[in-house]
Amino acid sequence: MTLTAIIFAGILTYFTRMTMIALISRDMLGDKIKAVLEYVPSAVFPAIIFPGIFINDFGTFIEMNDPKIFGALVAVIVGYFSKNIIATISAGLISYWFLIFVVFS
Amino acid sequence: MLTKKQLFTRGMLDISPHMLSVIPFGIICGAIGVELGFHPYLVYAMSFIIFGGASQIVFLQLLSGGASSLVAVTSVGIINSRHLLYGAVLSEYLEKLSFIKKLLISYVVVDQGFAESNKFFKKNRSEEFLHYHLIGTGCTMWVCWQIATLSGIVLGSFVPEELGLKFAIPLTFIAIVVQDLKKLDHVIVMITCGLSSLLFFDAPFKSYIIISPIIALFVAGLLLRLKK
Repeated sequence: MTLTAIIFAGILTYFTRMTMIALISRDMLGDKIKAVLEYVPSAVFPAIIFPGIFINDFGTFIEMNDPKIFGALVAVIVGYFSKNIIATISAGLISYWFLIFVVFS
Repeated sequence: MLTKKQLFTRGMLDISPHMLSVIPFGIICGAIGVELGFHPYLVYAMSFIIFGGASQIVFLQLLSGGASSLVAVTSVGIINSRHLLYGAVLSEYLEKLSFIKKLLISYVVVDQGFAESNKFFKKNRSEEFLHYHLIGTGCTMWVCWQIATLSGIVLGSFVPEELGLKFAIPLTFIAIVVQDLKKLDHVIVMITCGLSSLLFFDAPFKSYIIISPIIALFVAGLLLRLKK
């Protein structure tokens, strides 16, 4: 039963990946659409970033002094200047750990 | 001209820093599935059949919370519908491939792989075998995801929960978009998307994940019109 559902979910997911690549030819998209598509990364990833920071495991908003906000700000600053992915992730995590294990413990 | 092998390797290298967040997250995903009481084989089957990060956890959480299979499957479909946007962007670079190759390559399109390959594609439009970069990012992600979720399933959550490693996921995506903060139009689009995602967070079927990009792309369209 669960396996059937997993298979359906898998087929559906595969279709989301395949449809635009295999079934749409680039000529079908006009220049205006292409120009808008340039913004896809900026238009999609904040929908993963913002809830990941501002909403906790129980689906409610965090306090404004939550360590995650600080960690994310540090990651943004380090990422902006270092242009390095590992530095960005590490800086965010380490500053977050520093707050939860050292400052707030 | 880079060879296929060079492009594949470049893709692997470009995505590998993201494994710092993907691997702990995969371990957590595998462990949660087993903790929720699902058979280990089923939890693993998802990594192979769905291969879609957070959507796998949502799927199991919904089922274990008593939701119907229909609701769980629909939610996975909606969460993963963002791939339609990635496909639309990538189609330009994959146009020359045969239909079969397009079908195969589609399986390994993932968030971070799309992001890194898209950056590479924009700078190297003239390369003949560009798609090998996408295969490189996708396959690296696939292998790491399988190993990470399997270890979580077999060994349990050996990553201490207190570390809050789920937080690495927003950080990985910050690393992807942070350079675009230099451009005001991109900043506006990002803020629109981020605020919409918080506003619509409680919308049914986790649909905030596709509603907010659509609103943000609409705003992007308006900005383009203003620029002219």
